[in-house]
Amino acid sequence: MNVVELDRATIGIAGHSVLSNVSFAIGPGEFIGVLGPNGAGKTTLMRAILGLLPPSAGQVRVFGSSPQRGDRAIGYLPQVRTVLPDLRVRGLDFIGSSLHGERWGLPSLSRYDKIMIEATLDSVGARDLAKRPLSDMSGGERQRLLLAQALIGQPKLLLLDEPLISLDARHQEVAIGVVREVCRERGITVLFSAHELNQLLGTLDRVLYLGNGQAVLGTVDEVVTAPVLSRLFGTDISVVRADGHIFVMSRGRDVERVEHSHEHGHDHGHDHGGHEHHH
Amino acid sequence: MFQYEFMNNAFAAAGIAAVVSGVVGYFLVMRGQTFAGHALSHIGFAGATGAGLIGLAPLWGLLGFTLAAGVAMGVLSERISNRDVAIGVVLSLALGFGLLFLHYYTSFATQATAILFGNVLAVDHGMIATLAVLGAVTLLALGSIMRPLIFASLQPELAEAKGVPLRFVSTAFLAIVALAVSECAQIVGVLLVFTLMVGPPAAAQRLTTGLWSGLGLAAALALAEAWLGLTLAYHTDWPVSFCIAVLSALGYFAALSASARRSRAGRANEAT
Repeated sequence: MNVVELDRATIGIAGHSVLSNVSFAIGPGEFIGVLGPNGAGKTTLMRAILGLLPPSAGQVRVFGSSPQRGDRAIGYLPQVRTVLPDLRVRGLDFIGSSLHGERWGLPSLSRYDKIMIEATLDSVGARDLAKRPLSDMSGGERQRLLLAQALIGQPKLLLLDEPLISLDARHQEVAIGVVREVCRERGITVLFSAHELNQLLGTLDRVLYLGNGQAVLGTVDEVVTAPVLSRLFGTDISVVRADGHIFVMSRGRDVERVEHSHEHGHDHGHDHGGHEHHH
Repeated sequence: MFQYEFMNNAFAAAGIAAVVSGVVGYFLVMRGQTFAGHALSHIGFAGATGAGLIGLAPLWGLLGFTLAAGVAMGVLSERISNRDVAIGVVLSLALGFGLLFLHYYTSFATQATAILFGNVLAVDHGMIATLAVLGAVTLLALGSIMRPLIFASLQPELAEAKGVPLRFVSTAFLAIVALAVSECAQIVGVLLVFTLMVGPPAAAQRLTTGLWSGLGLAAALALAEAWLGLTLAYHTDWPVSFCIAVLSALGYFAALSASARRSRAGRANEAT
């Protein structure tokens, strides 16, 4: 059974379709790198899989049925936008808030919950974060905490929305390594969205490239080619391979790097539709 | 000082309002919505003076206006409640209306100071009973939404994905804040609700990072500051609200410097 399947699905926000007539299928245990320019629909796709955005046409199926909001089989790491800078809450309570956080009443953490949180923090090498307040954590530490949280409850599908943003190169490597290790070990299917392909090259099984309302899923060799990407970017793209790296260029400029530097000037860019970029 | 009934009443009323303010304020600080709380109290001023105009007790006007405004802010949430400028404009407008109502009800003017700066020494048994009931309702309501409220405050995107109704939770919370503001304003006045609703919880969050310890400490600090403020006022003859305001500020800055010292020490330890 496919873990995620889109069948001629059109998904949009406020009448504007971000993905139109898109079809692909992702199998169990696959590590999928989700790439594409800003506004191509990476976040939108994840929200559709989470059941937050029903498709306006076609079908989205997760584990063989339509997506259910609050599905426990899905671990989700949203693009970090709203962590308040001065949040004086320790890691344990931060993660604890997400356990059964949808139930009414007073919050409570059982001994079992605490052990589970600590074990999960351990598995991403972040045990010490349980006691420290979020306001004292670096970007890398926060990201690790969020990753641990996404892994709680033994999910079978992990949606990681730009988990590398705000991390420096070394921490990016570490984060990718942790995800790869944990997910291979547990057979978790991963959708990992990112700006840059190269860091994921050694890790991903297939790449899902979004752009221009379309999506192409395949191996790197199938997808990251001049004709496919030119269609997705809507402009002439050339793909340069050098020294084990792949550079996606538009008129002599590295598209991914431009996107990336652009991203930092813009408060982590909201990945919603109606946002056009000219390179 | 406990041989005077008005002092006993003041301690009871201040105690109830302080605990409610400390607990509700903890979430206001966590959500970064303190300014919204401030705005609600100013809107309450218009309600209180308006109530006087039509012959009602100020508390009911205060309650009605803050509740309506809290719910409105929650419903418009994204568009208004987190926008400082919009809140600022609305709260000045509310103060303006408060002034207008005072203008038409001149004999009420002596009560204006009581509404603005509180008059805890004039509290009677009826008011204490009202505060106790309101306080219980406030805490019960807060208790029933606390779990999703924390989740939605810390991680809104994830909470939404897990099925928390964000809009409802934030609206319910602002209604709870409105109740707490009305309580608090009876003690320290609408202009000084920060002293009990923001000062103690902010200090508590500096001193402890646990959830329950933070909530407990916020309530305890608010209670201590309110009661110490009353005691100080009794012995010095300074206004009660002033004493509480001073203690609140002292508590906050002491906690700030304590936590700064501690994190410096922590960094020094890590470095070695």
